[in-house]
Parts: sequence; C-alpha cells; structure tokens
Amino acid sequence: MTKTNSEEWIRQVLFKGGIPLLTFGIFLLIWSRASAGIQTNLGQVPGPGQVVEQVKSLAYEHMNERQKAVEFYKTQKERNAKKLSEDPSAQVKVRKYTGKPTYLDQIGTSLRTVFTGFLIASVVAVPLGILCGLNRTVMTALNPLIQIFKPVSPVAWLPIVTMVVSAVYAVPKDWLPKSYVISSITVSLCCLWPSLINTSIGVSSLDKDYINVGRVLKLGFFAKVFKIVLPASMPYVFAGLRISLGVGWIVLIASEMLAQNPGLGKFIWDEFQNGSSQSLARIMVAVFTIGLIGFALDRVMLFFQKLASFGTEQRA
Amino acid sequence: MAFLELEDVSKSYGQGRDRIEVLHGIDLEVEEGEFVAVLGFSGTGKTTLVSLIGGLIRPDRGSVRLNGKEVLNPGPHCGFVFQNYSLLPWLSARKNIDLVVDHLFKDWTKSKRRDHVDRYLEMVHLSAAAEKKPRELSGGMRQRVSVARALAMNPQMLLLDEPLGALDAITRASLQAEISKIWSRDRKTVVLVTNDIDEAILLADRIVPLTPGPRATLGPIFTVSLPRPRTRAEFNEDPVYKRLRNDITKYFLSFRHGTRDTEADIRLPNIRPLEMAVR
Repeated sequence: MTKTNSEEWIRQVLFKGGIPLLTFGIFLLIWSRASAGIQTNLGQVPGPGQVVEQVKSLAYEHMNERQKAVEFYKTQKERNAKKLSEDPSAQVKVRKYTGKPTYLDQIGTSLRTVFTGFLIASVVAVPLGILCGLNRTVMTALNPLIQIFKPVSPVAWLPIVTMVVSAVYAVPKDWLPKSYVISSITVSLCCLWPSLINTSIGVSSLDKDYINVGRVLKLGFFAKVFKIVLPASMPYVFAGLRISLGVGWIVLIASEMLAQNPGLGKFIWDEFQNGSSQSLARIMVAVFTIGLIGFALDRVMLFFQKLASFGTEQRA
Repeated sequence: MAFLELEDVSKSYGQGRDRIEVLHGIDLEVEEGEFVAVLGFSGTGKTTLVSLIGGLIRPDRGSVRLNGKEVLNPGPHCGFVFQNYSLLPWLSARKNIDLVVDHLFKDWTKSKRRDHVDRYLEMVHLSAAAEKKPRELSGGMRQRVSVARALAMNPQMLLLDEPLGALDAITRASLQAEISKIWSRDRKTVVLVTNDIDEAILLADRIVPLTPGPRATLGPIFTVSLPRPRTRAEFNEDPVYKRLRNDITKYFLSFRHGTRDTEADIRLPNIRPLEMAVR
C-alpha cells in the first residue's frame, strides 16, 4: 500500500466513522441537557446516564430470573427423584417455571411474532402479487380492495382480529397462545400490502424479452412463473419484503401496547402503568432497542435484496 | 409453395388518430435453407416484421405461413436472436441454454442434453466462459450465447433481429464470419434483419429492402450471386460486390431525397437560446 493510499484510507475511516460518532455525541449532549430541566409525574426525564443504568438493571434482572428458573428446575428434579426413590409408583408432577418474562424474553416474543406475521403476509402477498402482475383482470379486480385496506392502521384491525380470533380459536393450545396469534395476524394484515404491491409492479414491468423466451419455449403457467417471472422480479419482491418487515415491526409494537400482548410493546405499557421513578428510563431503553432491532432487520433484508438482484442497473 | 410465405401482411400500432400503419402489404417468400436479409433504416418496422414472422405478434391483415401452416403463436420451431440478447441475467451462459434444451428435449438422457449444450457452446467458442453470468460477458460474448441458445433449439428457422447492431465494428466482423460459417454447416433457413449493407451482402442469398416507414413495404429483391465462402477482404476488389453495393445504396438514397422534400415544409418555431450567464 502506498502512502497516499493509506492516507486516503484513514481519511475515509475518519469521515465515515467520525462524523456519525460526532452527531451521536451532540445528540447525547442535547438530550442530557434538555432532560435535566423537565420534571414529570414519574420524576425527572431520564438522561443518557439513567438509561445506561437501566440497561444494566434489566440485564441483571434477566440473569437473576434465569438463575431462579435453573434453581426451580433443580429442586423440582431433586424432589421428584426423592419421591420416586421412596415410592416408585408415585405420581410426580413436572411443572413449568412461571416467573415473569424478562426484558430479553419480551424481545424474543416480539421478534417471533413479527416474523410469524411477516411470513403469513409474504406467503399470501407474493403469489397474489404475481397473479396481479401477470393478469390485468386480476389486478383490476383486486386493486380497489388493496387501495382501501392499504392505508388502514393496525390499531383499527386489532379489535376485529381480537374478537375473531377469540371466537374461532376459543381453546388455545399451550404452545400457541391467543395473544401471539392476534399480534401475528395484525402484523400480517399490515405488512401484506408493500409486498403485494411491489411484487405486482415487479411482475408487470417485467422485460418483455424474458416473457418472449417463455413464449418461444411454450412454457406452461407454472414453468413460466418459476423459471422466468419469479427470478426476474426477485429484486422487486425483496424490496417489497424489506418494506413489509419494517412496517410489521412498527405495527407490532403498537398492537402489543394496545392489546396487552406480550412483547416489547407490553413492556413499555407496563412500565408506563407501573410508574416508578425508573419507568421512563426503562421505556427509553425499549425505544433504543426497538430502533436498533428495526435497523438490524432492515440491514438483513437489504442483504437479501442485494443477493437477489443480479446487477439490474445493467441489462443483460 | 415456399417454405415461409408472407402474403399481404399489414400491421398498425396505436388507436384512433394516433394509429400508424407500420407495415403495409408485405409479400415475401423464403425457400428452405435460404438466407434472406431484410435491409432497412432504423425505425422502419424491421423488428415488427421479425416479430410477425416468428408469431410474437399477429398481423392485422394478411397471413404468415410456415410450411403451408399459418403461424399463430411463437414456438420452438423458430429461434430468435435479438439485438439486446434477451438472456436471462440470473442464469449463467450454460444455464441459459440448459433452460431451453431441458424444456424442449425432455425425453433425452441427461448426458445427451449436456453434450448437446456443450456442442453449441463450443460452436460459438464459449466453452471457457460457460459458467459466467451475462453481465460478466462482453456484448459479443452475450450475443454468442444468444446464437447458441437459438441454435440449440434445433429450430426450422432462425430469425436474427439486428443481432450485431450493438457491437463494435471489429467484434461485429468476427461474429459475421462466424455466423456465415455456422450457417454454411447446416444451412438453416434464416431471416436476418439489419441496417448494414455489407453485413447483408456478406451473409445473405437474397437482400430485400424495406422502404422507409410509415407504411413500410418491401422493395425489389437483390440477389447476391457472390460465391461462398465470402470474406470481407475479397469483397473490396470484387466488381460484382461493388455494383451490388452501389445499386442498393442508390435505391435507399432515392428515398432520402424523398424524405428531405417533405421535411422542407415543416416550419421550425422561432426559438432563441436564453443568456443563462446574465441574471
């Protein structure tokens, strides 16, 4: 590496790393100054320091809870073993530990829910989008419904979904709680549209040459879809999926808050109701967590999107 | 009855007052094993003509018949090579050909299909780049893949729509020589559409000029009697070639004058450039 090269590299690192760091620093400064002056019913608005404090406290609570669970299972096992050794025919009970979910548990629940909803939406949206893109009749038929339901907020769907799920899924299985179903469906109802619309646009704007390849070969419908249409519109499909997942994540938090379904949204609501002096700081932790996870999800989808696009800027 | 017959074929695009008749009353007969070049200016409906012959679009009037049967749909009987290659960008060169071969020759064994693809990759000298994606290939290489794909279909007829139009002059010359060599090997019926007079003379048995559009139609047929194999180097001195080239050029130039006369009537609006520097 020549000297100018390494100099250029250092300059790049300073530029790309230094400027965002500087902005973040300024943000922290303004935040701590501004928060110090505001008193609320829940005490002073937390500054960066209190928030970091709560991150530690939440991590500690999590570890503590896990430790308790381990101990619970250990004593249960010992008790049962003892019972069995005294009387081999004894009925031993194995109970699940029912401690309250920790912050990390809530994150896990939220992620599971958003992915379930996203998956349901994608399974419906992509095939439907392909049909819309291929057939103008289908597009014309579905367009009014899409346009009407697209702008509807999840909050509006939530009561309906809750009632319908309660009616249809009256006896919830242990591994599939009702709240989980409700949240997932609400999420899927909202992240259906970007995928659906993007897929149909991708398919309908397909290069005519690709379609002609299929026509010359006299490909059947499914061969055409899987060999030509779907691969060719992959960049659009993934762009749509990326938007969908982003929307789903936003929607999920709102629906969890409203429906009291487990997850990060419920965590925020509980802290708000709880109203201790740490509550606001804890909510701020949740805000940052939501932001960071949303950012990470977006990057993951961007990676797939790039993987799926075959240099579209250059026609082959 | 000729192998390929076009009878009074017309095609229009657009609706109402914007409707433009692109092709009008096209009559053409092509014998089996013949190489016919359709020569015309850009934008005169050459691609429309090829699409009509291949069945990608249907004529408004008249009929296109192959072996006496009307062409209603595109199919593997007719291989296309387009100027823009139309390769599937997510598949490698080999996979692009595989797609065609696997679909059309389902009853063949795997190894037979593989040999078939290998043969055509070799024919266009692309064996080394077979696993590359189209975007990693140069324009000339992409067009070779496209030619190999069309030939691998074992079509009854090959339609070449300005196949070399996007290539640089040197690549074009070498691909012309190759197309000529491949054609003389198995003498498929070929309809080539081009705007390059030399290319037409080099490759074709007959040259059919397409008059400038709209309402383009075919002009008088020029038969190329030059012996094969033809090479560019020999041409430059050949009196037959010179005369033919002159005749065709003259024929097209006669239209140029025609178009200029009509353009004289158009009055241009009186627009002057603004002085941008002075504010």
